[in-house]
This record gives sequence, C-alpha cells and structure tokens, in this order.
Amino acid sequence: MKSFKVLGTGCAKCKSTVQLIKDSASELGIEVDIEKIEDPIQIMNYGVMSTPAVVLNDTVVHKRGIPSKEQVQNWLQK
Amino acid sequence: MFQIFTDFASWLIYDLMGLSAETKLGDALHFFVEDVSKIFVLLVVMIYLIALMRASMNVEKVRDFLAGRNRSISYLLASGFGAITPFCSCSSIPVFLGFTSAGIPVGITMAFLLTSPLINEVAVLLLLSLLGWKFTLMYIVVGMLVGILGGLFLDSIRAERWLQSFAAKALENGRNGQGDSVDMANQTITFKERHNFAKSEALEIFGRVWKWVIIGVGLGAALHGFVPDGWIEQHLGAGQWWSVPAAVLVGIPLYSNATGVIPVMESLITNGLPIGTALAFCMSTVAASFPEFILLKQVMQWRLLAILFALLLVSFTLIGWIFNSLLFLL
Repeated sequence: MKSFKVLGTGCAKCKSTVQLIKDSASELGIEVDIEKIEDPIQIMNYGVMSTPAVVLNDTVVHKRGIPSKEQVQNWLQK
Repeated sequence: MFQIFTDFASWLIYDLMGLSAETKLGDALHFFVEDVSKIFVLLVVMIYLIALMRASMNVEKVRDFLAGRNRSISYLLASGFGAITPFCSCSSIPVFLGFTSAGIPVGITMAFLLTSPLINEVAVLLLLSLLGWKFTLMYIVVGMLVGILGGLFLDSIRAERWLQSFAAKALENGRNGQGDSVDMANQTITFKERHNFAKSEALEIFGRVWKWVIIGVGLGAALHGFVPDGWIEQHLGAGQWWSVPAAVLVGIPLYSNATGVIPVMESLITNGLPIGTALAFCMSTVAASFPEFILLKQVMQWRLLAILFALLLVSFTLIGWIFNSLLFLL
C-alpha cells in the first residue's frame, strides 16, 4: 500500500492537500495510508521549508503549495 | 489612470441607484464601490504579473544564497528577500528551521521573517493606489529597517541562547557544515509553469483577501461618511503622544493582513489621523498576531518570544513618533 505523508503546520492549504489525496484515491479505488505531519522537527528532518509538502513512501515528491490533481493521480498510479 | 473606477462608482451609485453625492450614505457608498472595484482589478492583474516574474524565487534559493555569506550584507539581503519572496505565513516555522539548520544566524533569519509580512506585493500595490508613491516608498524603507535593525538587535543579544534545544542543535550542526541541503531549488522552469504558478497565485491570493478588502474598505467607507470632519484630528492627533503606543497595543493582538488594514488606514489618514500613528497601527496589525506567536513557541523559549514582542512594540512606537514629528517639520 502506498503511504502518503502531508507535511504542514496546519493551515488551510495542508488540509486541502490531504483531502485532495483522499478524494483522488477513492475515485480511483486505490487504498492508501495518509498521515498528516505537523511536528516541526519531523518537517525539518525531511528538509522541507515550503509547506504543504507531500512525502510518498518516504521520499519528498512535492513542496510549496497544493499539488495539482494530475500530479496526485500520477503518484497514485505510479 | 484610476478615473475609470470613480466614473463607474458615480454611474452605479448616483445614476443607477439615484443617491445624491450630498448625502452621507451616497458619499460612503460611492467611496466603497470606487475603492473595492479598483482594488479587485488591481489585485488580480498585478498579482498575476508579479507572480509571473518571481515564479522561480523560493525560500530554498534564498537559504542557499544566504548560507555562509558575510554577516553585514546578509541583513540587507535577508530583509530584501523577505520583501519579495513568496511564502505562506503558515510556513514560517519550517522556514525558520530550514534557515537555522543551514547555519544561518538567528538575527538574519529573523530579518527575513520580520520583513516578509510587512512588505509584500499586495501591500505595495494597495499603498501605491491609495496613498501614492511617496508614502509607499517610505513604507518599504521603514519595513526593511525594522527587519534589519530587529535582526541586528537579536544577534547582539545572542538570541540563539533562547531557542528550543532541538533548534539550537540544528543551528550548531548547520554551522559545522553538517546541515543538509536537499536541492530541488535549482530546477529551471518553463513559461507554461510560470503561467500556471501565476494563475494559481492570483486566484489563491484573491480568494484569501477579497473579504478583507470588503471589510477594510467598508470600515473605511463608514469612517469616511459618518465620522465628523476633524474629530479624529482633535482626539487622536499628533499632539497626543500616547496615541501611537495605544495604536500599537491595539494593533498587535488584532490580526489582519495588509490587504484589510490599508484601506482603513487610507480613510483614517484622509480623515486627519497623523501618518505616524496610522503607520504604527498598520504595521503592528500586519507584523504580529497571537496565533503566530503561539506557533513560534515551538522553536523559541518564552524569553525570546517576550523579547520579540517588546522589540516590535518599541520599534513600531518609535516609527510612529518619528513620522508624526517629521509631519510637524514638513
């Protein structure tokens, strides 16, 4: 199963990012594990400064803003 | 250039709705429609154009640029970058930690973070369109000075002593060159990516600030139409020295972004509030808010937070007084 982590300190954009991944996954009928990381230490350890950022199976695949729907679908189907 | 918005407001309020320019309601509504339509159009068009130019700017680049550079020039650069680099205010903590773990001194990081909310393209646009270029230039210079001097001050008292321990450790590691620098920063971007970035920026910022514009201009219009001429000047004029610290104290817990507060400031100034007092109020609402201070607690100890709070209070009060006294000299 793919595991996603959304890194962000809790602003609206981070919530929309989580929701976007959830929605796209259920549209495609793919089961995923989503975790929201708000802890600044963990965010720092990923080397991320611009949130929201997305981590897929422990690799940072996106930072700075809400990803596009196509990007999310790409990650899901990869 | 902005005449079209005045004409539009006149047409809508006086011709279509049949209100008279002589009545308070007519006057206030005219002011409201003129300012809101002007600000909305400016925001969308200009944010798009500016975002197009700065699509390749990001905090990662700024960090790489500042890391390991000569201190004295770094303050100026950090503050300048703070003014032009886009980042969401909720990224403050990750940015702080990112800079810190690259070994950038706390003072320089804070110069960046202090200037950033004070000066941004929306604030500059609004100031230009509502209060003219002289005021805008003054605002930019003062905003950068607050960042630079604030950063220098924090450095001189060795503020890094009062970081939370993990942040202090990250700084230590960064200085010894063990800091990580993951590089996604140096990708080149195509025009289409620029356009997409600019489009989403324009829509995103507009979506976030339009209600502030309405509230801000609405308050401004109410002041404009209903507060008697001379009232503000009499009660809150430059003669009352206490009005500046009072404005700052009221302003700091009040949170607004620049978009909401600038229209209010415009009508306060045109109604006779001294420029220094208005500037102090505006900067204190924009620069700091309680939620942000609570967030900063994650990386700073109370002591440093208290110092930061006092620093803002003192510097905005000084700015207010200085500008009010300059006003007497002019």
